[in-house]
Amino acid sequence: MSTVKLTVNGRAVSADVEDRTLLVHLLRDHLNLTGTHVGCDTSQCGACTVHVDGRAVKSCTMLAAQAAGSSVTTIEGIAKGDELHPMQAAFRDNHGLQCGFCTPGMIMSAIDIVHRYGGKLDEATVRHELEGNICRCTGYHNIVKAVLDAASRMKVAQAAE
Amino acid sequence: MGVEGIGASVVRKEDKRFITGKGRYVDDIKLVGMTFAQFVRSPHAHAKVKGIDSSEAMKMPGVIAVLTGQQLVDDKVGNLICGWAITSKDGSPMKMGAWPAMAPETVRFVGQAVAVVIAETKNQARDAAEAVVVTYEELPAVPDVRAAIKPGAPQLHPEAPGNVVYDWALGDEAAVNAAFAKAANVVSLELANNRLVPNAMEPRSAIADYDAAEEHFTLYTTSQNPHVARLVLSAFYNIAPEHKLRVIAPDVGGGFGSKIYIYPEEMVCLWASKKTGRPIKWTGDRSESFLTDAHGRDHVSKAEMAFDKDNKILGLRVKTHANFGAYMSLFSSAVPTYLYATLLSGQYVIPAIYAEVMGVYTNTVPVDAYRGAGRPEASYLLERMMETAARQLKVDPTELRKKNFITQFPYQTPVIMAYDAGDFHASLDAAKKAIDYEGFPARKAKAKTEGKLRGIGVSCYIEACGIAPSKAVGSLGAGVGLWESAEIRVNPVGTIEVLTGAHSHGQSHETTFAQLISERLGVPISQVSIVHGDTDKVQFGMGTYGSRSLAVGGSAIVKAMEKVESKAKKIAAHLLEASEGDIVIENGEFKVTGTDKSLALPMVALAAYTAHNLPEGMEPGLKETAFYDPTNFTFPAGAYICELEVDPGTGKTTFVNFVAADDFGRLINPMVVEGQVHGGLAQGIGQALLEGAVYDENGQLVTASFMDYTMPRADDLPSFKLSHTTTLCPGNPLGVKGCGEAGAIGASAAVINAITDAIGNNKLEMPATPDRVWHVIHGKAA
Repeated sequence: MSTVKLTVNGRAVSADVEDRTLLVHLLRDHLNLTGTHVGCDTSQCGACTVHVDGRAVKSCTMLAAQAAGSSVTTIEGIAKGDELHPMQAAFRDNHGLQCGFCTPGMIMSAIDIVHRYGGKLDEATVRHELEGNICRCTGYHNIVKAVLDAASRMKVAQAAE
Repeated sequence: MGVEGIGASVVRKEDKRFITGKGRYVDDIKLVGMTFAQFVRSPHAHAKVKGIDSSEAMKMPGVIAVLTGQQLVDDKVGNLICGWAITSKDGSPMKMGAWPAMAPETVRFVGQAVAVVIAETKNQARDAAEAVVVTYEELPAVPDVRAAIKPGAPQLHPEAPGNVVYDWALGDEAAVNAAFAKAANVVSLELANNRLVPNAMEPRSAIADYDAAEEHFTLYTTSQNPHVARLVLSAFYNIAPEHKLRVIAPDVGGGFGSKIYIYPEEMVCLWASKKTGRPIKWTGDRSESFLTDAHGRDHVSKAEMAFDKDNKILGLRVKTHANFGAYMSLFSSAVPTYLYATLLSGQYVIPAIYAEVMGVYTNTVPVDAYRGAGRPEASYLLERMMETAARQLKVDPTELRKKNFITQFPYQTPVIMAYDAGDFHASLDAAKKAIDYEGFPARKAKAKTEGKLRGIGVSCYIEACGIAPSKAVGSLGAGVGLWESAEIRVNPVGTIEVLTGAHSHGQSHETTFAQLISERLGVPISQVSIVHGDTDKVQFGMGTYGSRSLAVGGSAIVKAMEKVESKAKKIAAHLLEASEGDIVIENGEFKVTGTDKSLALPMVALAAYTAHNLPEGMEPGLKETAFYDPTNFTFPAGAYICELEVDPGTGKTTFVNFVAADDFGRLINPMVVEGQVHGGLAQGIGQALLEGAVYDENGQLVTASFMDYTMPRADDLPSFKLSHTTTLCPGNPLGVKGCGEAGAIGASAAVINAITDAIGNNKLEMPATPDRVWHVIHGKAA
């Protein structure tokens, strides 16, 4: 057993976990942050994507202990109170989700994509970058639209700041 | 149309919880004292279970119990059932072997459960499951459908000699023989419909909780139809009588058919919860999804079509072998029969059709309905046949289709279905226009100068949805009726709850069903809640599959609304001292026509509940229930055209354009409808290019993870160009047809027709991987 101390969604947390515990299970089982999902056991589907120190990470590929001292952001931590993150709003406005199971991972990956490309995105790039996130419902059509829409919203928001 | 009524693309009410991580799926739920189940599964495709030694496992930390199949038998828990009886053409009933939830004696596919470990934590259960020692005596296995019916093949069930479940036929064989005898041309085709794994993104999960004091079970489960689950668990598996079993299907992360069935894991968890006195959670990992979720498709077929000298179709003859896997799943028997052969007329006048279907056991995962269920197999066969015929007859494939389209409705096909409405010319014309069909030869020539092989492929599908008139399906062998129920509760303050037996696992019912209420009663959708997925809340319902939720479930809501409206009008007329016939509803107000007198819905509702001043003899309250049994199937139809390029050097396919023109009747929320089409197209294209379950000769599933089974990713797919043509469905009060499966039914033939057009060779099977396409181009066996 190890005691892992880290920051999750801006809050300092500590949990006693088995050494083999994955970050996703720390989040779901110990911290009750069940928005982060497990969709496969081979790090292919991306439903468990969170941000670790600002970068998108599949939380099933990382031991909880490896996240010690890190700052982790989950889907529960990106809205400002009632104000949705522009990526969340864009997924809703573009019907970028159906069953909702892949959605948290999609949104966390998509935010990272927009950050990395600084808003200079086109459809082909978005499709290529989303390769690590599987959706079975939407055929990706509206997810791609949502990411492009959010990219321009985030650019505007950044310019306003 | 109101701003939130029928036809409005309003954003979804359910989205907020999903985009903020507040969805509540089964695996998100924790109960006090909850334990965890891990199944011990067979590594062999066919073997005798000689012994199970759990002594080491029982000594491990946290282990509460190790339970086996023999204990299930001892406790008289029932075997899994198949709910649709099919009669072979010789009049004999279908032949089935028993399917126990955990195998006491014989395992027949890799992944079949033989024991379950219950422990305090998930990791403890996993560790202990590794320590359970099962001794097997291996038997020869047969995963391939045609190999399974050969003499000397390994036999799965003594009840089904030769591994044949049924040998069924539909249609008039003599009429078809006569048609072929006078044919000017006959076109032949052999093809396979590849086996698919549904792969909803949420793995199946169950939590069972037994209350010993009340002798009552609660089951949280990833189900598309919780009431059907309760019925089967009660009536056939002897878990508990219905009033002692509550089934809750909360947020469910996709289904596509795979979550219709009542699987061994749910029932074992219920039984084990009573045995251990503890709540038990089981959540499958993705490998378990591959090894235990019902697979889809897996047909091999031979077909012949007869044409007269004017290229009019005279007859169609089809022989299909359907792989059922090792056991007969809940609705498996109906899929290659009444959901497949009945659609073999497609959009065409075919005077005579004869289809023979042999259902066969093999040592593979059981096969059942997967998005489209039988109809994709029919559509793929027929649309590849039309394209093949056009090439053989040297006519344009769209002109050959148009020459043979059905244009008069209602139209009785020779294979049971009576099409009620449609305009097949309109959808094909719309698709041709959208893709600039006439301009294709020039584009093909240009691509050739760039070293690319460009092809165009058409698919004109029809499907039967809105399953289904109960009397009709009963006469065909179904064990259940397929109506739907709705209850509308207008609360005293005028807000509305709609209880439906349909279940949303991505279909957007919380929004679209509220739009039905908004349209009729004029209330904003924010004032309407849709309640589903809990047998304690909703009286009964048949669930969601077969594109039935709106056509059947929505029609039940309309019927209940009519009753609510009728009573509310009586109350309003009484309070306004007017005649009931003079009351009209506008924007949520009950108005007396020709006057300025009106009452808002909340005032009428309040009056219904205070009951201080109601018409003489009227009961208080404003709550109505309706059951709706459809009068016919609905018949969504459309035309898909795919244009693509193949690189002859690599065999890789690249989409240029994919257009869809669908006729779904009236659209309630076009945004939601288009989302459903996108998803269906992705699954159809996935089948055509990427997906396929592969077994080796020993019955090992080689493609049992996302690293081996190619799921469509964002960069595998194009953006889609959708359009709609409309003929209203005359069979239901909303004029709707259903849109959930169309894409998966129509897309695969369009893709393969385009590739075979590009490469000039028709002998291509799905999935058309670059490897397979390259080998066909270069004339080499793959």
